[in-house]
Amino acid sequence: MLDVRVAGRRAGSLAALALALLAAACGGADSPRRGPPEGESAAPAPAPVTVYSGRNESLIGPILERFTEATGIPVEVRYGETAELAATLLEEGANTPAEVFIAQDAAALGALAAEGLLRSLPSDVVSGVPARFADPGGRWVGLSGRARVLVYNTASISPDELPATLEAVADPRYRGRFGVAPLNGSFQAQMAVYRALEGAEALEELLAGLAANRPQRSANNRAIVDAAIAGEIDFGLVNHYYLWRALQERPDAPAKNWFQPGGGASSFINVAGAGVLAAPADVDAAEAVELVRWLLSDEAQRYFAGETFEYPLVPGVPAAADLVPLDELATPDLDFGAVSAVLDETLAAIDASGLVGPGPG
Amino acid sequence: MRGRDGGAGTAGALAGVLPAAGLRGPGPALRPAAPSRPPRARRRRRAPAALALPALAVAAAVNLPLVYLFVRSSEGGLGRYLDTVVSARTLGLVGSTLGLVAGVVALSLAVAVPLAWLVARTDLPGRRFWAVAGALPLVFPSYVSAFALVAVLGPRGYLQGWLEAWLGIERLPGLVYGYGGALVALALFTYPYTYLLAVAALRRSDPALEETSRVLGRGRWRTFFGVVLPRLRPALLAGSLLVALYTLSDFGAVSIVRYDTFTLAIYNAYRGLFDRTVAASLATVLVALTVALIALEALLARRVRPAPPATGRPLERVRLGRWRWPALAAVAVLALVTLGLPLGVIAYWGARAVALGNPLGAAGGAAAGSLAVSVAAALAAVALALPAAAWAARHPSRPARAVERASHAGYALPGIVVALSLVFFVSRYLPALYQTLAILVAAYVVRFLPEALAAARSAFAAVPARYEEAARSLGRGPLGVLATLTLPLVRPGLAAGGGLVFLTAMKELPATLILRPIGFDTLASRVWSAASEAIYSEAALPALLLVAASALPVYMLIIRPALAERGAA
Repeated sequence: MLDVRVAGRRAGSLAALALALLAAACGGADSPRRGPPEGESAAPAPAPVTVYSGRNESLIGPILERFTEATGIPVEVRYGETAELAATLLEEGANTPAEVFIAQDAAALGALAAEGLLRSLPSDVVSGVPARFADPGGRWVGLSGRARVLVYNTASISPDELPATLEAVADPRYRGRFGVAPLNGSFQAQMAVYRALEGAEALEELLAGLAANRPQRSANNRAIVDAAIAGEIDFGLVNHYYLWRALQERPDAPAKNWFQPGGGASSFINVAGAGVLAAPADVDAAEAVELVRWLLSDEAQRYFAGETFEYPLVPGVPAAADLVPLDELATPDLDFGAVSAVLDETLAAIDASGLVGPGPG
Repeated sequence: MRGRDGGAGTAGALAGVLPAAGLRGPGPALRPAAPSRPPRARRRRRAPAALALPALAVAAAVNLPLVYLFVRSSEGGLGRYLDTVVSARTLGLVGSTLGLVAGVVALSLAVAVPLAWLVARTDLPGRRFWAVAGALPLVFPSYVSAFALVAVLGPRGYLQGWLEAWLGIERLPGLVYGYGGALVALALFTYPYTYLLAVAALRRSDPALEETSRVLGRGRWRTFFGVVLPRLRPALLAGSLLVALYTLSDFGAVSIVRYDTFTLAIYNAYRGLFDRTVAASLATVLVALTVALIALEALLARRVRPAPPATGRPLERVRLGRWRWPALAAVAVLALVTLGLPLGVIAYWGARAVALGNPLGAAGGAAAGSLAVSVAAALAAVALALPAAAWAARHPSRPARAVERASHAGYALPGIVVALSLVFFVSRYLPALYQTLAILVAAYVVRFLPEALAAARSAFAAVPARYEEAARSLGRGPLGVLATLTLPLVRPGLAAGGGLVFLTAMKELPATLILRPIGFDTLASRVWSAASEAIYSEAALPALLLVAASALPVYMLIIRPALAERGAA
C-alpha cells in the first residue's frame, strides 16, 4: 500500500505542476492575441496582420520584423509546411483567421486561387515583378526565385561530364549516379513545366528514362545536396540555394551548383510567393496588401538576395554574386497558370512512372 | 525498499504493477483474479447511465475525424471514391503497409521478449540498469531516431566515414533505406510498448508452474515456450497492437527512409495534389485496416485463458552460466543502437554548432509550452477515459466493448487527418475556440486516448469488485466508494496511462503545427523548424530537451512501476 500512496502523491504534485505550467503557457500564448488588454486600450495600435507562412521562420522572420519596424503594423505568423497550411486554409474556407499566405511554391498559391480563396491584388503590386512570376489573374505574386540546377560533387565529376539537358540525365551512363526528390514540390513543378512545353508523351518518356536509371530518391532537396557532398551521388536535381545553406554549416564541402545550359524545363525558375485571403469579403485588407507590397520593396528583395541566396524578382535588385543573373537564364516562356493546369496529370505520370514507389531508392 | 514489501501480495502492490502492464488492458488475463467475480452475476448488471452516457459522448467526440473523412471522401461522388480506392496503387499500398506492420511487430517481439525475460528472470549483470535502458527508446520521436539511423548507417554515413579512414571502405549498401530502414527504425523504437508489458507480466506470474514444468523433466527451452510464453500472450498481444497502430500512423520514419505506406501516401496527396478528396479516400482505407487489426487482436486475445492469481512468492532467477556474457553483450549492443545512436547524433549536431559558432537557439519557452500542453493532454485523456474504462471493467458487455474499441479511432489515423478534421469542425462551429490551446489539447486527446483508456481499464479491473461491494454494504454511497476506495487504488494505473499520453504528446508534430495558437512553440515544433530547413545545429538543443523532459516522467510513471520488484531478486 506504501507504493500506491507514494505514486498517488507524486501524481498529485505532477498535476499541480501541470496546471501551473498550463496557466503560464496559456497566459503567454493567448494574451497578446485574444482581445486588447483592458488598461492599454487608450493608445490604439493597428490591428496585427495574420500571416500563414510556409517559409521557415529563420528565412522570413527577420524581414517580417523589419516590416513592423518600418510601418508600425504588427504581424502574427503561423509557421508550417506550405502544403499543410494550404490544406488548412482550404478547410477553413471563409472562416480563416489568416490574411496573408506566404508559400514556398506557386502550386500551393495556385490551388488556393483556383478555389476562389485569394483576392485580386492591386495592379501596381502584381506588376512589380515580370509577368511570368505572378498569377495571370493577379491573385498572387512571386517574391523570390529558385532556379533548378544540378548540384555536383567536385571530387567525383567535372562539369563537362554533366548532362546538359534533362533528357541527357536519363542517359544510361548516369545510371545510379544521381539523386532526385520525386515527391518534392520543386521536382514536380519542374516536370509539370516539361509537360507543358514538350507534351504528355515526352514527359512519360523522360520519367521512364529517369526511373530506369535508378536514381537515389530523397525526400527533399537538402538530402540530395547532403548526398552529393558526401559523395553518395555524383549529382542531383535540386533548387540552387540549398547548397549555400549546406556550405554555411560546412564551408569546405566539395560541391558546386551547375546551371544546365539546355534551356526549357531544365532552366525553370520556381517562385516563393504571397497572396491575400479573400475572406472576409467586407474588409479591404489594406494592411495585408501593404505587407505584400513591402515584401517587394528594395530592402526586402535585397534581403532575399543576400540572406536566403534566392533570386530577387524585382528588376534592378542584383542577385548574389556567384549566381548566373536571372535575365541570362534561358527560362521557359510559360506562365504559372499553364503549369498548374497540367499539374494533376504530371503527378499522375510521376506516380505511374515507378520513380515513386515502394522499395529502396 | 520497494523490493521488500512484496510477498504480501496485497491488492495495492498488484495494482501498482498491473495497470502499467495493461497499457491497453484488453485480455481476460488482465482482469482481476477469478475468485473476486461471482459467476455470471456481474455480467448481467446494467451499466449505470452515469458511466455509459459520458463514455458514449467521449467515443462520439473522438470519432469526429471519421465524420470528416466521410464528408470529404464523398465529395467527388461514389465513382471518384471507388476510382481512388480500388486501384493497383491502393492494393500496392495495402501490401507495403501491412508488410511493414507485420515485420515491425515480429521484430519488436523478437527484441522485447528475450530482453524482458533477461531482465525479469535471470541473473544478468546490471539487470536493473538494462531494464530501464530497455524502455527508454520510447522517448525518441521517430523522425529523430530514423534520421539518426540514416545519418550513421547510410551508404556514406558517419560509420562509413570511420570505416573509410581505417579500412578504405568507400560505400555501405543502402540497406538503411526502404523496407529495411523502416523496419529497424520503427521496431527498435516501439518495442518498449511490448517490452514493458512483458516485464510486468513476467514479474507477476506465479513461478510454481515453471518449477513444476522443470521438475517434471522439461528442459529450459520447452518450459519457456510451453509455460512462460503462453502466459505472456495477453501482454504481447496488447503491446503488439500499440506497435502495429503506431506503425500505421507513423509519418516521420517512413518519409526519412523513403518507404511508401498509406500514411505517407495521404501526406503526399495533400502535398502534391492539394487534393483533400483523394487524401480522405485513402484515409478511409487506413481506417478499415485499423479496424481489421483491432478485430484480429480481439480474436487472438479471446483464446487466452485467464492467468492464475499471483502468489507473491519470490521468484528464483535463472542462472545464465556461460551465457552471461553473450547476453550482456546483446543488451549492450541494443542500448547502443537505440539510445547511443540517436543521442550521439543529437550531441554531434550540438557540438558542430558550437564549433562553428552557430547559435543553439532559445528553447526555454518551447520547453514550457511542450510540458504544459502534454501534461494537460495527459490529465484530460485520463479523465475522459475514466467512464469508458470503468464501464468496460465493471460491466463487461457488448456495448461496453464496442465503445472502448470505437475510442481507438484517432490512434491509427495520420496526425494531419485528425488535425484537419478539427480545423473543419472548430473553425466552422466553434470559431471562438479555434487555434487555442484547448483545441490543441483536444487533438492530442483524440489521437492518444486509447493509451489512457487501456491503462485505466486494467487499473479498474485489478480492483476486485468485492472490495467495492463490501464498502457499499458497510453504508458508503457510490461516490464515497469511488473517492475513498476505488480512485486511490487505480491511481498508479491512471498515472501510467497519463504518462504514455504525455510522452506521445511531447513528440506530436502534425496536429501541433496546424492547431497551435500563433506564436506558441513546442520542442517538437522547434526541432521540425530547424530540421526542415536543414539547420541541424539549431535542432540539437530542443531535441535534447525533448528527450530529457520526456525521460523523467516516463521513468517515474511508467518504467519504475512496471519494473517494481515484487519478490526478492
